[in-house]
Amino acid sequence: MSIVTCKDLTLGYETGAVASNINFSIDSGDYLCIVGENGSGKSTLMKTLLGLTSPLSGEILFEDGLKKNEIGYLPQQTLVQKDFPASIFEVVISGCQNRKGIRPFYNKEEKSLAMQNIKKLGIDEFIGTCYRDLSGGQQQRVLLARALCATQKVLILDEPVSGLDPLVTNEMYQLISDLNKDGITIIMVSHDINAAVTYANKILHIGHKIFFGTKEDYVHSKIGRRFLEQD
Amino acid sequence: MSDMISKLSYYATFPFVRYALIVGILIALCSSLLGVTLVLKRFSFIGDGLSHVAFGAIAIASVLQYATESSFSELIDKSNQMIIVLPLTIISAILLLRTGQNTKIKGDAAIAMISVGALAFGYLLMNIFSTSSNISGDVCTTLFGSTSILTLNLSDVWLCIILSIIVLFVFVFFYHKIFDVTFDENFAKSVGTNTNRYNLLIAIIIAVIIVLAMNLVGSLLVSALVIFPALSVMRIFRSFKMVTISSAVLSVICTFLGIVISILASTPVGSTIVAVDVVFFAIFSLVGKIMRRY
Repeated sequence: MSIVTCKDLTLGYETGAVASNINFSIDSGDYLCIVGENGSGKSTLMKTLLGLTSPLSGEILFEDGLKKNEIGYLPQQTLVQKDFPASIFEVVISGCQNRKGIRPFYNKEEKSLAMQNIKKLGIDEFIGTCYRDLSGGQQQRVLLARALCATQKVLILDEPVSGLDPLVTNEMYQLISDLNKDGITIIMVSHDINAAVTYANKILHIGHKIFFGTKEDYVHSKIGRRFLEQD
Repeated sequence: MSDMISKLSYYATFPFVRYALIVGILIALCSSLLGVTLVLKRFSFIGDGLSHVAFGAIAIASVLQYATESSFSELIDKSNQMIIVLPLTIISAILLLRTGQNTKIKGDAAIAMISVGALAFGYLLMNIFSTSSNISGDVCTTLFGSTSILTLNLSDVWLCIILSIIVLFVFVFFYHKIFDVTFDENFAKSVGTNTNRYNLLIAIIIAVIIVLAMNLVGSLLVSALVIFPALSVMRIFRSFKMVTISSAVLSVICTFLGIVISILASTPVGSTIVAVDVVFFAIFSLVGKIMRRY
């Protein structure tokens, strides 16, 4: 059963279209990797899925009871966060902000959900540490825990391993793969084509030519072979 | 020492000194609250820009006062300038944050443009429609707040108390939302938080705080009051909650010390407070460095 379907999507800003004719659907439990050259519209597609920008034309359907704000998001780190004085707990629980609504403070349930996700991602030993004092990999785990507080269904990851060393990168991929096995649908935007074909079950390649299909088909397709050889 | 205490207790018998202390502490408390957010959102300069706008607004207000002198001059006295100054500053704050949201450079330029423009027009207006013989004295007071804190009347104090309570209440009520939009605006937006609304809220609170704090330290020094406590405690504390609480405490301490020193040493209030803020910043930086080493 598909949970997100995109029909004839044209992406872009007021200045012009970045990518057009994008059609794909994501089933519950999928691990979709969005690949493509720089400037092909990967980030724009992701922002459109998140509702941060609206598509120029076409539509995105959320089905099977998935609400638009039930998508967890792991953004790339911003400059602001680099020296932000916030404890891990404060960052993780901010994932519950949509649950909390207008209520001024978090309740017990939300606090325990935050703790649960902190434990799940193995960062409970750093609980009192300041976010800015953590290593890059640990910071990503904190942000992932926050995203898990916002969703139980779908995670959108924006270049989750950029800036991480190889060892930590593998750990991160393993972690994401484990979350996927727990039943969380993963949508990952990535430069890392090799990791994409290792971990994902579906690939969306955007650019001049658009490919959407299973990983196996992609590896044998013309566009996929060319992209894989380049790397 | 006993000399100082007797001098202080002598001064404390004057109502204007008590007013200055009450208003000073309230303003210090409010102004430090959003300091953390402004510093982290790279909006430190907005305080500066807005205070210049408020300076221009004060000039407009005093011109209006001059123009309407014959009919109802009593109505528009000093505290009633707020009626003009507050809305103008709030509108500018909204405009500045709107332009500054997505395009960083444009935001910087907009702040510089609005603030310098307001400063120039303010001074021009004050000169053309001067209401007093001592323009430079008036300008100096508005820029550096040299005496205005000591000339507060009871209605000024009440206005300040009411506005402070509103600011405090709004801040506490929206504390987590302010954290959310400060730490990660895109994430907040993606989970359905209306970030524009909260940025607007932050802009309005900041405008109110700036207008309040201008009484205390004058428009040139206002941003010091907003950012110094936050910058100081960020050297040491490691959670948003602790940084917020401790910057409020530090701000109140600095302002209290500043007012007391200025009374004892007959120095200008505003610059003394800011000087104390700077000293504490140096101390906190040093302690922070030492803490990091060990």
